Amino acid sequence: MRILLVEDDVEVARFVKKGLQEAGHTVEHAANGRDGLFLAASEQFDLLVLDRMLPGGVDGVRLVETLRGQGNRTPVLFLSALGAVDERVKGLKAGGDDYLVKPFAFAELLARVEALARRPSVDAPATRLRVSDLELDLLSRTVTRGAKKIDVQPREFRLLEHLMRHAGQVVTRTMLLEKVWDYHFDPQTNVIDVHVSRLRQKLDKGFDKPLIHTIRNAGYMIRAEP
Amino acid sequence: MSAHTRRRQPAPGAAPPRLMQSAGLRFAALFTLTFALSSLVLVAVLWWATAGALDRQVAAAIRADAVALTERWREAGAQGLAEAIEERLALDVSNEAIYLLLDRDGRKLAGNLEAWPATATSEGSFSRTRISHDGVPADARFLRRDLPNLRLLVGRDESERLQLRLVLTEGVVWSLGASLLIAIAGAALIRRALERRLEPTFRTAMGIASGDLSARVPLSERGDEFDRLGQGMNNMLDRIETLMQGVRGVSDAIAHDLRTPIARARSKLEESLGAASSEAELRAAVEQGIADLDNISRIFRALLRIAEAEAGARRAAFAPLDLPEVLGDAAEFYQAAAEARDQRLETDLPASLPMVGDRDLLLQAVANLLDNAVKFTPEGGVVRLAARRHGDGSIEIMVSDSGPGLASDDQSRVGERFFRADRSRNTPGSGLGLSLVRAVAQLHGGVLELGDAMPGADPPGLSVSLLLPGGK
Repeated sequence: MRILLVEDDVEVARFVKKGLQEAGHTVEHAANGRDGLFLAASEQFDLLVLDRMLPGGVDGVRLVETLRGQGNRTPVLFLSALGAVDERVKGLKAGGDDYLVKPFAFAELLARVEALARRPSVDAPATRLRVSDLELDLLSRTVTRGAKKIDVQPREFRLLEHLMRHAGQVVTRTMLLEKVWDYHFDPQTNVIDVHVSRLRQKLDKGFDKPLIHTIRNAGYMIRAEP
Repeated sequence: MSAHTRRRQPAPGAAPPRLMQSAGLRFAALFTLTFALSSLVLVAVLWWATAGALDRQVAAAIRADAVALTERWREAGAQGLAEAIEERLALDVSNEAIYLLLDRDGRKLAGNLEAWPATATSEGSFSRTRISHDGVPADARFLRRDLPNLRLLVGRDESERLQLRLVLTEGVVWSLGASLLIAIAGAALIRRALERRLEPTFRTAMGIASGDLSARVPLSERGDEFDRLGQGMNNMLDRIETLMQGVRGVSDAIAHDLRTPIARARSKLEESLGAASSEAELRAAVEQGIADLDNISRIFRALLRIAEAEAGARRAAFAPLDLPEVLGDAAEFYQAAAEARDQRLETDLPASLPMVGDRDLLLQAVANLLDNAVKFTPEGGVVRLAARRHGDGSIEIMVSDSGPGLASDDQSRVGERFFRADRSRNTPGSGLGLSLVRAVAQLHGGVLELGDAMPGADPPGLSVSLLLPGGK
């Protein structure tokens, strides 16, 4: 994947660039807003990772607004030290697709980058999601594994749906909190873990192959192979 | 703003404004002007009603006389007219009437004037002149009437009236002068009174500017505009002081309770740098260091959220919401955690309870309360989440548990940042949870109340209530 990183802090930029390259992506880096805008407008990228506060007269929000004004729909992930909810809303309103507050774990950034790059296509809405022998029917809202029907609560259904839409990708706890619960708050303790492990018990009970895997220091992933 | 375009500001603690800048002087001048204008109007009306009325009376009398004499001439001719004039002169007790009737050649036919006055040149118009009346010089007013072959002059001696006018004029001048003096004196008084009333406000402002945040504008009992200004300033100052204390509280908290984990993380890293004998050990230490840093930034985030809520900066994010929905989500969220600890989480929520507020912060507040309740209630206990609208429209959100509860001294200290009851020292947590709840309550105009869930029972349990005004 070809990613443009616009970030003025040298250390953060180096760290992010190195990490993304190690994950197999090509990374271009611009150190200020104007260069970033020039690159983003003149070349083809799969994803933009933008700092909100940038030198050079063009900050992250302006950059996205300009790009969107030109009809450029490249997904944008904001990185920002501005963590207040209003700031997040401002960033998303301007045309950003996701917002990550500094300081962040690289695993979190990587998970979000991959989620953005491989967003489920809106054109062909799936009615059925399948991972190995687990099947989720979005119309009848039922979950079956093998021949066995599994009872899940509505929230568990959404949790599973999100995991399955991103099958093979890491989904972090904060991503689940934002996407499945639709709240921006700090759950204090490991409540997400409790929900996931409850769902896992329901899915794996009676089967010897676990589907939901815990990725250490990152989050969860649903996949067929162990 | 550049230094060139910036307007020069008076230096702090500057002297009172120069005379021409003084608002007091402007008000005073306005007052003087109004006063002088009203005096002028008064004098004008007075003048019109006295001296003017006298003038008009004389003119009317002369005109009536002239009409009557002309009638007489029509009836009885020149002879009759002359007789009538003589008759009138004889009857004029006050000796004010003046007549002169001349024939075509300028011979006097009747009257008490020796010669035709030089100013009486045109027919039908009034004129004034100085004449010799009975040998005494006098001011007189005339009307000339031309009849065929005759010239008639009808007039009145105005000497006395002019005298009266002079007296009137003098009176007017004196009273105008006096009222002008009074106006100026009044203006000076107004200016001084204004200055005196504004002085304490000014002093307070200067005190605040020089750093004494406890200064307040003294209020009089009168409740007038100045008191309203002072009250407004005092309210503003109270708010500023609260905010300042909040900021100070945050910086104290940062200094005190962020340094501890930072110091701990630092020493652990430093120690392992020197003492680690294997790469695995070093790796574990670095991982622990990252976890410590994450925890520090969580505390930091919580502090910022509290500060944000306390400053009221988030009121912009207020929107209509249905409370049971938010609370239901929170309960469902913690249901799993409660079950994992073998506890029951019961809810008692109305079908609908609309209010205006900040959805994320309300959820955060309830989440903090539920988190505490689940954490401190022993396994097998009960946690309850309830909400209802009271008769007066206010809303109560209550989280109660069957845990050990809090001693009443501790109940009053809860909500202080980083306060942790002694018993909870070994439970994970930052001690910021309830401060945030309290800040969220305050942001919504409400309060946080603590009590025993089951008074008298052992353990008493803890109930925490968020009391919010309904806003309806």
